[in-house]
Amino acid sequence: MDVVMLSRLQFAVASLFHFLFVPLTLGLSVLTAIYETRYVQTGDEDYKRAAKFWGKLFLINFALGVVTGITLEFQFGTNWSSYSKYVGDIFGSLLAIEATLAFYLESTFIGVWAFTWNRVSPKVHALFIWLVAIASNVSALWILIANGWMQHPVGYVLRNNRAELQDFVAVITNKFALLEFVHTVGWAYVVASFFVMGICAYHLLRKNEVDFFKKSFKIASTFALIFTILGVFTGHLSGSEVAETQPSKLAAMESHWETKQNAPMYLFVMPDEQNERNSVEILPIPSMLSLLAFHSPSAEVKGLKDIPKEERPPVSLTFWSFRIMVGIGTLLLLIVIFAWKNRHGIEACPGLLRILLLAIPLPYLGHEVGWIVAEVGRQPWIVYGLMKTSDAVSTLARSQVLASLWAFIVLYSLLGLVDFYLLAKYARKGPQPAES
Amino acid sequence: MLETIWFILWGVLWAVYFMLDGFDLGLGTLMPFFAKNDTERRIIYNAMGPFWDGNEVWLITAGGATFAAFPVAYAVMFNGLYSALLLLLFSLILRGVSFEFRNKVESPAWRALWDACLVVGSFLPALLLGVAFANIFQGIPIDKNGVFQGSFFSLLNPYGLAGGILFVLLFLVHGSLWLAVKSDGGLQQRAASAASRLWPILLVVAVLFLAYTYVATNLFDNYFKIPILWVLPLLAVSGLLLIKAFVAKKAWWGAWFASSLTIVGVTLFGVAGLYPNLLPSSIDPEFSITAFNGSSSQLTLKIMLGVALVMVPIVIAYQTWVYIFLRNKVTEKDLLY
Ligand code: HDD
Ligand code: HEM
Ligand code: HEM
Repeated sequence: MDVVMLSRLQFAVASLFHFLFVPLTLGLSVLTAIYETRYVQTGDEDYKRAAKFWGKLFLINFALGVVTGITLEFQFGTNWSSYSKYVGDIFGSLLAIEATLAFYLESTFIGVWAFTWNRVSPKVHALFIWLVAIASNVSALWILIANGWMQHPVGYVLRNNRAELQDFVAVITNKFALLEFVHTVGWAYVVASFFVMGICAYHLLRKNEVDFFKKSFKIASTFALIFTILGVFTGHLSGSEVAETQPSKLAAMESHWETKQNAPMYLFVMPDEQNERNSVEILPIPSMLSLLAFHSPSAEVKGLKDIPKEERPPVSLTFWSFRIMVGIGTLLLLIVIFAWKNRHGIEACPGLLRILLLAIPLPYLGHEVGWIVAEVGRQPWIVYGLMKTSDAVSTLARSQVLASLWAFIVLYSLLGLVDFYLLAKYARKGPQPAES
Repeated sequence: MLETIWFILWGVLWAVYFMLDGFDLGLGTLMPFFAKNDTERRIIYNAMGPFWDGNEVWLITAGGATFAAFPVAYAVMFNGLYSALLLLLFSLILRGVSFEFRNKVESPAWRALWDACLVVGSFLPALLLGVAFANIFQGIPIDKNGVFQGSFFSLLNPYGLAGGILFVLLFLVHGSLWLAVKSDGGLQQRAASAASRLWPILLVVAVLFLAYTYVATNLFDNYFKIPILWVLPLLAVSGLLLIKAFVAKKAWWGAWFASSLTIVGVTLFGVAGLYPNLLPSSIDPEFSITAFNGSSSQLTLKIMLGVALVMVPIVIAYQTWVYIFLRNKVTEKDLLY
């Protein structure tokens, strides 16, 4: 493997790993804030215990989100220095804005929140966690504006051999980025609410603290329902946006080879990349692809064969990732409808509880494959239509990148295992008894 | 003009980062030497607990501001210092997780493991940051395409190592003083005596480093051109002397502020000497990356300046409030980590 491929792998490892922790941070901060707010409103000690219990899991998860984020921030310089020179004018400033607007706020108040239980009034204490929740979501907005710019560059002009900022407003109102934001954050809330529901299910199956976990469950299931529906809907919007702005990605997502009008969608497809066709294509829904992508059954959808070979993304990986993501989305929608309908008597549905416990990893997997669709589907471009990934790389020796890649893999695997162990340990332990 | 303003801001961000995270890194390194039992170890963790993450964000912004304002410098620096930088980041990862993980399992072996991570993850960043900055002060081998012609080991030259030792000592004193502020009893005594014993060593190293800088770098050129700049090294020196005075009076907060002043003074002394270079080339001054040939467009600099002028004072305000709010000594009953 050459330096480009190794650097890509390293970036993929680092960012996919970061994204094991990010969605839970985004969602669980909000849920914890809601539980604590309920405590302020009702005075019910169970909600205070809930904020403490879920907050503790939040902190264990948060630690790894923070430390893995820092390596990402600096990898643009270490591994993609040509890219950094070319787009720093725009991309660099978005990262810097994210840090000043969000990271300070979040990192400062998470410490304050953790250390000041019973030292300030409940209202003020709840305010601290709200600041954390707001800041983490603001951070997602800015990083996705940055990523959205790489997906669909706007507001720039090519000057001095680089992309320079021309219209800041265009950059921050980039439709592609805003759609990425609502879609990613929506599904992040789903990760957190399935996490909460799954752990509630574990305890409800054991008849442990039934009242306590039912209270947590009710809020989480409503949250899950809202954001699962929103997630499916925004996914559809993202798909149409991709169709308009990134025809090569759309074609790879659907493994769609021939340009045609009234393009159908096949429920079952086996891509055959070598021979530029699909070896299996069954159960067509006529005109469905045209309709979903362009809101018109007769719209023309560009096929991969009309895209020069060197500008096509890896088809199978993009295609399967997309299918898995949509499959998971559909499955989650089904599960959450049942969970929500039964939320008042959930302790009496052992089958459903077992499914909910097993479902915890599903939304996580959805995020991972979702990013693979977005990022691998964008290849060979690092900035779509503007700069190729192979031109973006740093001047590094192969041995350097190989060594760091292994260091990442070993260190991250170990830390991931420890974090998983601690989350499981404290989730199983359940909440502390009420203070007297 | 904008380039110069951003150059100053760039220096200030690094100075604040060293001032704030400096005490975490120093105290983390000395933790096992100060604590006699597990409770004392926990007190030390908790003395840094609510602050270290907010402090570390200054590093992220210093890096982010380099990327935004001086993308060429960001690219050349991080590409060139690849191995050193990744080592720094991995160390900071170990440091960060040890806070959260240590107290979660009741086993001495488990705790010893994370204590070791805290020490390594505090000491290495202090050393590496010093080595990196000293190398930048003296110039790094970058060619006309901005490609770094050295290696990780070429960074470990005598002047680079001298910078590393200076930073480590600055942070050790700074961290000891922080613990003197945040604890009492035996722990406070040990911290205070460490600070007084390290102080003369720091003084000697600082003076030697200054002399060595005169020989090994061009930093002093700016000082002879613009004499007002002598204020900066003077700040550092007076900070250093004030530490001694405050320690003698057992005025720990004063001593800690004095060592903050020293760190800020030392950093700004170097940065002002560099101007307008961000990365002087040791191969040919022509190849140096400066605030002018490495900067972003005027529009970006303007927008970022607006963001910085609004947000940085707000950040300083709430972080100051937090330090004041949580100013009390750590006692056994409010141990979280
Ligand atoms: C729980 C996770 C999850 C689930 C179940 C889904 N998604 Fe998703 N999806 C993501 C999590 C995600 C993500 C990780 O958050 C991505 C990656 C980049 C982005 O903006 O969001 C993403 C990207 C992404 C893209 C690519 C956008 C781009 O190229 O930037 C499309 C077209 C969709 N999604 C569409 C859908 C549809 C139609 C779904 C139907 C049910 C769906 N997603 C479920
Ligand atoms: C955190 C969630 C993300 C994940 C899981 C993710 C995943 C990936 C993957 C799998 C690749 C490799 C694709 C390939 O080379 O075939 C990649 C590349 C890359 N992504 Fe992302 N990405 C994420 C977010 C981002 C964001 C937010 C940005 C920008 C702010 C970004 C910028 C890049 C860059 C610079 C590369 C390297 C060049 C490339 O190989 O395309 N990524 N990412
Ligand atoms: C490749 C691009 C990315 C970079 C460079 C990056 C950078 C960072 C950094 C530096 C931190 C640590 C902040 C701290 O010390 O407090 C962090 C944490 C975090 N990131 Fe990422 N990140 C990336 C991708 C993403 C994405 C795509 C999202 C959301 C959609 C995201 C959301 C978060 C959140 C919520 C945290 C929690 C911790 C915190 O903000 O302090 N990040 N990230």
